[in-house]
Amino acid sequence: MLEILLDATVRAGTPILFATLGAIINERAGIINLGIEGLMLIGALAGFSGTYLSGSLLVGVLAAFCATFAAGSIHAFITVQLRGNQIVSGLALTMFGIGITALFGKEMVGQTIVGFKRLAIPGFSQIPIIGRAFFNQDLLIYFSFLLVFLIWFFFYRTRWGLGVRSVGENPAAADTCGFSVSKYRFLAVSTGSGLVGIGGAYLSLASTPMWIENMSAGRGWIAVALVIFAGWSSPKAMLGAYLFGGITAMQLRFQAMGTTVSAHILQMLPYFFTILVLVISTLRLQKGASQQPEGLGLPYDREDRK
Amino acid sequence: MTDFLHIKNIRKTFPGVVALDDVSFSVARAEIHTLLGENGAGKSTLMNVLTGLYHPDRGEISIAGERVHFTSPRDSLAYGIGMVHQHFMLVPAHSVFENILLALENVPNFFNRKKYQEKIQNLIDEFDLDLDLDTPVWKLSIGAQQWIELIKLLMRDCQLLILDEPTAVLTPQEADRLFAVLRRLKEQGKSIIFISHKMREVMEISDRVTILKKGCSLETLNRGDFDESRLASLMIGQDKIPQWQKTLQMSDQVVLDIQGLSVRNERGLSDLDNFNLSLKKGEILGIAGVAGNGQKALAEVLTGLKNTNQGRIMAGDKDITNSNARYSYIAGIAHIPEDRKTIGIAPDMSIDDNLIMKSFKSGLFRNWIFQNKRAIRRNAAEKIAQFAIKTGPDGTPVRYLSGGNIQKVIIARELSEHPAVLVALYPTRGLDIGSAEYVHKVIADGAHRGMSTILIAEDLDELLKLSDRIAVMFRGKLIGYVDPRKTTREEIGLMMSGETPGATT
Amino acid sequence: MKLVIERREISSALLRFSAPIASIAVALFVAGFLLLASGVSPLAAYKEIIIESLGSLYGLSETLVKTTPLIFAGLGVSLAFRMQIWNIGAEGQIYVGAMGATWVALFSGIQNHWLMMTAMFFAAFFCGGLWAGVAGFLRARWRVNEVIVTLLMNYIAILWVDYLIYGPWKDPKGFNFPLTAQFGDAARLAEYFNTRMHSGFFLALFCALLLYLFIERTVWGYEIKVIGSNQKAAQYAGMNTGIAIFFVLFLSGAIAGLAGFSEVAGLQHRLQHGLSPGYGYTAIIIAWLAKRSAIGVVIVSFLMGVLLVGGDSLQLLWQLPVAFVYAFQGLILFFLLASDFFIIYRVKRVKGIAHA
Repeated sequence: MLEILLDATVRAGTPILFATLGAIINERAGIINLGIEGLMLIGALAGFSGTYLSGSLLVGVLAAFCATFAAGSIHAFITVQLRGNQIVSGLALTMFGIGITALFGKEMVGQTIVGFKRLAIPGFSQIPIIGRAFFNQDLLIYFSFLLVFLIWFFFYRTRWGLGVRSVGENPAAADTCGFSVSKYRFLAVSTGSGLVGIGGAYLSLASTPMWIENMSAGRGWIAVALVIFAGWSSPKAMLGAYLFGGITAMQLRFQAMGTTVSAHILQMLPYFFTILVLVISTLRLQKGASQQPEGLGLPYDREDRK
Repeated sequence: MTDFLHIKNIRKTFPGVVALDDVSFSVARAEIHTLLGENGAGKSTLMNVLTGLYHPDRGEISIAGERVHFTSPRDSLAYGIGMVHQHFMLVPAHSVFENILLALENVPNFFNRKKYQEKIQNLIDEFDLDLDLDTPVWKLSIGAQQWIELIKLLMRDCQLLILDEPTAVLTPQEADRLFAVLRRLKEQGKSIIFISHKMREVMEISDRVTILKKGCSLETLNRGDFDESRLASLMIGQDKIPQWQKTLQMSDQVVLDIQGLSVRNERGLSDLDNFNLSLKKGEILGIAGVAGNGQKALAEVLTGLKNTNQGRIMAGDKDITNSNARYSYIAGIAHIPEDRKTIGIAPDMSIDDNLIMKSFKSGLFRNWIFQNKRAIRRNAAEKIAQFAIKTGPDGTPVRYLSGGNIQKVIIARELSEHPAVLVALYPTRGLDIGSAEYVHKVIADGAHRGMSTILIAEDLDELLKLSDRIAVMFRGKLIGYVDPRKTTREEIGLMMSGETPGATT
Repeated sequence: MKLVIERREISSALLRFSAPIASIAVALFVAGFLLLASGVSPLAAYKEIIIESLGSLYGLSETLVKTTPLIFAGLGVSLAFRMQIWNIGAEGQIYVGAMGATWVALFSGIQNHWLMMTAMFFAAFFCGGLWAGVAGFLRARWRVNEVIVTLLMNYIAILWVDYLIYGPWKDPKGFNFPLTAQFGDAARLAEYFNTRMHSGFFLALFCALLLYLFIERTVWGYEIKVIGSNQKAAQYAGMNTGIAIFFVLFLSGAIAGLAGFSEVAGLQHRLQHGLSPGYGYTAIIIAWLAKRSAIGVVIVSFLMGVLLVGGDSLQLLWQLPVAFVYAFQGLILFFLLASDFFIIYRVKRVKGIAHA
């Protein structure tokens, strides 16, 4: 029972994990991205169409990455190059994503593909309780484990990562040190968006191998809130994403068990908990040293006179 | 002497402001060249042009004989120009190591942590500095942060070092240490541009001095051709700094008494630590201290922006520490904030609206729930005439006014209700001479009427000129009071570095 | 040669006025390619939109029907904008507003028309207000990000209304459809000209006028503007920004909640699934396009109403999904943001050096 629940937790948490990681990269560079929800949809549709047309899951994932990289670049161009309002641009991206996927997804509704299959890691998958959840999963989930580490390594052990963190904390300092603020910010936004897209693709290639209009159902917003919970750190993002995976898994479990509580009420739980978690992590943030990038949300204009 | 840097006829304008008009000068190798000028003379703008942050509208810059055009800080760094900014270009959340690494060129993406840590440590040891590489920068003192800035430039092997008022944040003792390091760098053949308006330091360290005034380079003098009074007269354009005739009018009545006040900031560090202060009726109490020693927290507590962790504030015999009474009392305190654009004004609104920000609820400016637009306009017209505020057409957002006029708007608003207490933070920072004199006069006039003023300023001359008493702060504590008519700069300097004086008044 | 960006000294009024129009035009142009890609001729589609929404008295009335909730929601969002507060939750506030009004209509037992209307009005007002007030409280008390809270609460509101209409409030005679029973005559707003247009439209216009007076003429409006311009300065002038934030979000949600009232009392006469096809999201664009002016909100709402009515007919004619309108709205916002840049800055060419 616990084994199954844990397995469902990881599977439900993975799309949110990808999205949260992508959002963290955005925000580490100082750009708020409220387009995550729209990007997930674009990723889901691009991933599904790519796989449907080519028959290859890898092509699907790459298509999802590229499509959201491009869509994220719109947000990057507006917020970085044109110094536009990050909140409005992000909302626009979400609307654009919802609309364009509805438009181009029409033909994909009802089509089927063969989704990602489980791939047991010999030996490890036999470990009681956690074996099934962590070592008998599909490739994308293994990739997400790797990504959590890679992102940590990138931020704290590479010069590019230092550059990304610096343009998010104090762009003027990074600028005087010869880092191109716009280049770092732009690439962080578009690459981060690409990862969000893979999260979307997980929905349409692994969770339920099909395309449904608006299938992200608010997960993008949950990811935005989880960034704060995770304190902008990738290992904690994993924790947060699985917390939500757990709530979703339990909710589905309750429904399957035929509880008398209305399904609509149960479906509220993840949103409700997200707000709760957001409040708690905001409170925590204000007490301790703040991990929030100091330049978050602020456009960088070199000639702004103080 | 061979010229390393040569600047000719530089001009730079901002919307509505000519920051630099016509600047020419040159810096040789192994020279410490001082740029002297008042606040607003264009020193910082000039340096930002030199480091590629601003693009000059016209003029020439040559480095070692080669004509150059900088479009970004990277360009100027490539030519070996490095600058320690007045506002440090550090990332507070990052460690010392990460901050220095950020500034290094040619670091491979997958760098060898150990190798770089060693390299930096060697340099730290060479100059005998006290810095731990893993400490996050926000935990360090301002002095230590400045060392990081310097190490960054040295690691990059910069040939021309620009230091923008480096001693403003240092105690005199720390400043001496900095000078020793600068002299050694000079011996190594580096060129140094030193920006300051403290005469004593300029005399001590400069090989040559160029005087900037109103965006123009006035004259360059060689060592031996200048002395303090000549520099001052060139810089200010008058031979003597005018002395206010202080009429000692303070009574013994204490209007504000602070006892054992402690305030911690969001990082959990103490901004104020068991701080005591008493303000008498009708006096101008100067607060001296190196920036960052708790002055800001003091002002914020007194104006209700910050809460206290410990201690008592008494107004007369009323305890106003943390009760609602404080807020109503504070409502009667006038406040000239440090950062006028961030907390002094509503930048998108008109002068009319800004002038009533504190009194918009008063019956003068409203009928029931509606604003009395006519009264508000009349009030603005009065204040604009009275304080000689230069404005655009009616309804122009105040953001378009010059710094001096914005300051006048704030002062006009703050003093309009004849407050009993005024808290003024760096009230003349960034103002031209005329505006600064005007601000001084307004504060002095207020004292005549019995208003008590707490004047926080960084310029000792300003404090000495205006104050009836000066209190010196260090690391959030009150070190002691001095009498401006009897004290010396040395005495205040020592107290600013935390030494308790023998003679307090 | 190198491009350098510079701030304009003062942006011209002409630029500021023409920018939103230009961005809508460019968005139309780009959306044309989206239409082409899905096999619809853009010119035919745009012609269809205009004819359907403005070409007949009936079309015009339908446009006004759609404009009505947009004005309410747009006013709500733009009020919060005035204080630099982001109310992204108008959609949810419409739902709870409608829920409040429905509760009064179905269960209060009031017979008198005016009494009923007043009760429904205030029920919607307070439900919407309290719903947004939660985010306002969290923001004012603990500085919790109001964007995320208001947004997530949309999902909760919609699910809550779903719960009611699938469960306790379901019409027993409704053949198991997810909707409540129809309202009685006392709970219906007046309709005109034999169309679906109802008096909610005039209520919305009146609301816009009130809000304009509130912002531009009252002491509270002044306070909101100061806080919106510079929160720190407001605090230092002694204003209680916390209470103001709560109050403004409450009022913002309350006005958006009125859209729910006008929808159920004027148009749908019952609470049902999909009550609002995203008016609350469109309201964000309206508020941004209107640049915080109440009159602007009315004008832009009408434009969006045209678009929505046109979008419906495109769906009938070419089976385009309704959500296509979102893509178009997203594009408008993108281009509007881009045009803002050219209002504030100008791009200049300067001589550059070869990089070392």
